[in-house]
Amino acid sequence: MSLTVQNLTRRFGQTEVLRGIDLEVKSGELVALLGPSGSGKTTLLKIIAGLDWPDAGRLVVGGEDWLDKKAQERRTGFVFQHYALFPHMKVRDNIAFGLTVMDRAHRPAPATIAKKVEELLHFLQIPHLADRYPAELSGGQRQRVALGRALAIDPAVLLLDEPFGALDAQVRRDLRRWLREVHDKAGTTTIFVTHDQEEAFELADRVVVMGAGLIEQIGSADQIYDHPASPFVARFLGLTVEIPVTMRAGRAEAAGLDTSALPRRAMADGPATLFLRPADITLLPSPEGAFRVTEIATTGALLRLRMEGPADCQAEAELPRRAAPALSLGQTVTLRPEVGHIFPGSPTPAQPAPAPAPVSLIKESSR
Amino acid sequence: MTSASLPASAKRSKRVLPGFGLTMGVTLTYLGVIVLLPVIALVLKGAEIGPARFWAIATAPRTLAALQLTLTAAAMATVFNAIYGVLMAWVLVRYNFPGRRLLDALVDIPFALPTAVAGLALSALFAANGWYGAILEPMGIQVVFTIWGVAAAMAFTSIPFVIRTVQPVLEDLDPQYEEAARTLGAHPFTIFRRVVFPAIFPALLVGITLSFARSLGEFGAVIFIAGNLPFKTEIASLLAVIRLEEYDYNGAAVIALTLLIIALVLLAISNILQARALRYRGKTG
Ligand SMILES: Nc1ncnc2c1ncn2[C@@H]1O[C@H](COP(=O)(O)OP(=O)(O)OP(=O)(O)O)[C@@H](O)[C@H]1O
Ligand SMILES: [Mg+2]
Repeated sequence: MSLTVQNLTRRFGQTEVLRGIDLEVKSGELVALLGPSGSGKTTLLKIIAGLDWPDAGRLVVGGEDWLDKKAQERRTGFVFQHYALFPHMKVRDNIAFGLTVMDRAHRPAPATIAKKVEELLHFLQIPHLADRYPAELSGGQRQRVALGRALAIDPAVLLLDEPFGALDAQVRRDLRRWLREVHDKAGTTTIFVTHDQEEAFELADRVVVMGAGLIEQIGSADQIYDHPASPFVARFLGLTVEIPVTMRAGRAEAAGLDTSALPRRAMADGPATLFLRPADITLLPSPEGAFRVTEIATTGALLRLRMEGPADCQAEAELPRRAAPALSLGQTVTLRPEVGHIFPGSPTPAQPAPAPAPVSLIKESSR
Repeated sequence: MTSASLPASAKRSKRVLPGFGLTMGVTLTYLGVIVLLPVIALVLKGAEIGPARFWAIATAPRTLAALQLTLTAAAMATVFNAIYGVLMAWVLVRYNFPGRRLLDALVDIPFALPTAVAGLALSALFAANGWYGAILEPMGIQVVFTIWGVAAAMAFTSIPFVIRTVQPVLEDLDPQYEEAARTLGAHPFTIFRRVVFPAIFPALLVGITLSFARSLGEFGAVIFIAGNLPFKTEIASLLAVIRLEEYDYNGAAVIALTLLIIALVLLAISNILQARALRYRGKTG
């Protein structure tokens, strides 16, 4: 079912956790809420599920005003980060729970429930786990059971709060693919929360980037990756190097910067900020270079360098160790950005990116 | 390193903390002297009597009446405590209201109060001219000198057991279970019955067992309100005292031993039920 959120606001005491959220999710769509810790993702999900209430705003699902409905009446499938499986019930009974608690008039017959549970167990590829207790399952298996329990009630919307947060990288990747398949087969409108951009980009039809209670950008993986809408999104996507520049005739200029690789922009002349990924910077050793190497670290495959430029500007670069030019501490270099984004205005005083993701992850962004 | 020395070093490395031998020794000795020895003495005393004689004393009409009263009243008190205790624990954990901390402190009063004081206070309240008695008596409900009085005194002195065992479990219960149940369509009472209650049940069982055991042995608070009429409101432990005063040591020992056996059987049942209720924790524990 389609879902519309309008101007949703939520305050906890003085702090505004959601500051006017507007969001449209089409029927059958898989949307990722991506944002750093504390940006209000869980709060938004809980409001949609009816576990929390907004101070203002509207929430309409399938044409019905959901703020008029209690959690019990909404039929949302909520998958909690730590699964929240009922520990004293077997897998089978956990999955059946939502069906067995329906009021008598709507509750299916026991045989029908059993059949449906059996179908779900097969659908989720866990029929052999039916008679185990949650304590006897691995994290990935619990995740599947939690999803089964949520799907059993034929939810109007499926809400997943960091569904793979507590799993190791390999299981995450497997389950991610599997979740996409499950979604495509079940066709349920799905919103899932994550702070892992690789996960969001790979899995979702559309990604909603949230920062501090506001939606910063909505778009496909490629749109967001290629055209971050704000400095916040740029930082969040790993463009953590910020260099003050001056725009002149569509070109960014700054001392010690060779911007010949960057295309011209239709931007007014004046001060601006260039956002770069450390991996997208080429270093050209030069006696006149305005940047001085202050730190060199190696991660084995990569060489990570810190540099100090004019006016305390800090930059960071990352390059394959094999291809790196001979560099030493104290050496001066010129920076040559290969790709970058420019936003008007001076850099905001050192506000570090909330969750700088590993650069290696950003590369494989297409699904 | 030889293969024989391996197990020894492995064994040694298990003891992470020092002083295990000493602390364990002290604990066991103390437990033996204070708890086990008296129980053994009691059992030996009983064995001395011989089964036929034991049976004859235990089934004498006055003893039987006392045991029956004690068990029935203790059961009544425990049922009341189980329900009220869960309710009280729920209120203390789930709601925030002015005076909550005071109420929480009040829960321990039955333990802190000398039982004789509790007994006196209760009999004053329930007497025909007392605050409660003045209301109940005209309605034809007599509490003082009846089994109701016995049960009331037992309930009063053992209520903290249920509250204090259930309360911490409720506090630790992750609200996500209830939230999950709500999104799945369960209404409050169903959530309590199917999600919350199974979680607190093992703790409740412990509280119930302790409450019942304490009620079986409660003496000070009961004798004031019971009236202690033989065959009617005379509790087992009081009868044991009476036997002792009559220099009938065997009679006293039989009653004491019977109470002990009942308590032990109960404890065993409670443990089995608990183990079954906690099956779901799985082998990993
Ligand atoms: N019940 C509450 N009372 C007060 N503040 C709260 C409450 N719940 C959440 N908050 C605050 O709201 C903000 C957003 O919380 P929320 O859980 O929605 O973040 P999130 O985006 O899900 O973060 P994470 O990725 O860490 O889960 C946080 O600053 C948090 O401290
Ligand atoms: Mg969260």
